[in-house]
Amino acid sequence: MDKQSLIDAANNLQQQADALSAKAAELAQQATALDPTGIAQAAEAATGTPFLYLFTAFVLACVVGYYVVWSVTPALHSPLMGVTNAISSVIIVGALIAAGPADMNLSKVFGFIAVVLASVNIFGGFVVTNRMLSMFKKKQR
Amino acid sequence: MDWAGYAYLVAAVCFILALRGLSHPETARNGNRFGIVGMAIAIVTTLAMPSVLSYEWIILGIVVGGAIGTVIARKIEMTALPQLVAAFHSLVGLAAVFVAGAAFYAPEAYNIGTAGEIHPGSLVEMGLGTAIGAVTFTGSIIAFGKLQGLIGSKPLTFPGQHPLNALLGLSLVALIVGFCVTQEPWIFWAIVLLSFAIGVLLIVPIGGADMPVVVSMLNSYSGWAAAGIGFTLGNTALIVTGALVGASGAILSYIMCKGMNRSIVNVILGGFGGESVTAATGGDDDRPVKSGGPEDAAFIMQNSDKVIIVPGYGMAVAQAQHALREMADLLKESGVEVSYAIHPVAGRMPGHMNVLLAEADVPYDEVFELEEINGEFKSADVAFVIGANDVTNPAAKTDKTSPIYGMPILDVEAAGQVLFLKRSMASGYAGVQNELFFNDNTTMLFGDAKHMVEKIVKALKD
Repeated sequence: MDKQSLIDAANNLQQQADALSAKAAELAQQATALDPTGIAQAAEAATGTPFLYLFTAFVLACVVGYYVVWSVTPALHSPLMGVTNAISSVIIVGALIAAGPADMNLSKVFGFIAVVLASVNIFGGFVVTNRMLSMFKKKQR
Repeated sequence: MDWAGYAYLVAAVCFILALRGLSHPETARNGNRFGIVGMAIAIVTTLAMPSVLSYEWIILGIVVGGAIGTVIARKIEMTALPQLVAAFHSLVGLAAVFVAGAAFYAPEAYNIGTAGEIHPGSLVEMGLGTAIGAVTFTGSIIAFGKLQGLIGSKPLTFPGQHPLNALLGLSLVALIVGFCVTQEPWIFWAIVLLSFAIGVLLIVPIGGADMPVVVSMLNSYSGWAAAGIGFTLGNTALIVTGALVGASGAILSYIMCKGMNRSIVNVILGGFGGESVTAATGGDDDRPVKSGGPEDAAFIMQNSDKVIIVPGYGMAVAQAQHALREMADLLKESGVEVSYAIHPVAGRMPGHMNVLLAEADVPYDEVFELEEINGEFKSADVAFVIGANDVTNPAAKTDKTSPIYGMPILDVEAAGQVLFLKRSMASGYAGVQNELFFNDNTTMLFGDAKHMVEKIVKALKD
């Protein structure tokens, strides 16, 4: 009787322990599932920039662009196109990040192509603008 | 991470200074240097980021691309500048598409989530950036083709064109919404392909002489595409630069449209300068005109005190700018006052004529804009119009039925004598007859602009 009840109690305990460990595993799984999003959100809050901040920069840059471009003399509208062409290739920044990782993947290939395209533009744009501007000379005399 | 943000800010300020420098030819070259410095700062800053680990492919890409760009930019003829700019715009557009694609397939690198779990805000910006970039790409290629003469410069129109474009535009919006909701790769590529198609359809109906507007507009688009991608990547240098370029292109488009007294919508809808317009107004061509030879022109100009030269696209096509400057030099030697009058839409891109004249060593302080010089024609003895037509047509002031009515024109008819150097009696781009040809004080010089000016130079020397 004693022996039997002891075995029963032990079995019971084991069952409870199993249930507990299963529960713990489930909890752990849930915790890991929750974690990455938590980290990502924290990362965004820490390093990523909120939309309003970026939008402010955008709107202010539009206003600055408006006044600066109106002050460009009409005679230099062609060089203006040349130089805006060159600087819009600052999109190379995005391309560099894509081409940067050590291992090869689709994203890196895209990045490489974009680096080539943007480089053509950067060098071509600045060189041709410089050529144009070097031709504008004042009257000798 | 913080220092990178500061460095990008410095780069953006450099770009603003680059544009600011262009307010005067004296300061412009310094401005260009600011632009180069800004670009160098942006690139070095990005390369120094911890996520950029391998440099082989990057360096290869910059060397290859840089070499191609430098060679092309050094070799290009100044008359071919508009098509070069169009070609460059297409590259920016395509680069934007590839960067968006890279961000879509590897969002972790840009801190915008994980594949299939990209933040909704970033998706919207990515979709817009991709669409604008793709439209810029194919649109610029068509503009390039038209400017280079690979595609007919006549507007291509077909029935149902505008409804079709509207339908495609709406589909594009639907696709972008779908893309944001589902994040399916096929939708991303569908956006790219549809935008390619829209880019082609948008530019095809626009005629050759409206290309100044198109080139400016595509300039603007390439900026907005860059800004869109900048939002996706949370990069302020990209956003600020994109906004600057976008604003610049938009203002240039506006100036060009005003130079033609047409709305931007009218230009974009296209079809202007087709044959239908010609039939409406160009009927009575049989009237006599007074035509003369190079000796007459040389004689008239040599015996005058003040000559104003009005160059147009015809001068660019004939590459007559060098001969023209030689002619002006000879006139100046014999005591004639020579200046140049530039219409805002002369040529195939904003400021095209100014660059061509500068290339021929014409000092920039002899070259004037329409508002500056229009009052001077009254006191000029001779207006020498070379390869321009519509921009001198007085019908723009008097004939309300004319397609060019309301367009600001150069008042060449106010000058004592008008010399018109033209290939033939053919009407200009707008398809309108120019009444000036039949005036008593007008002498037509028929021939190729360059050959005719060379003959005038010879006659002046004798």
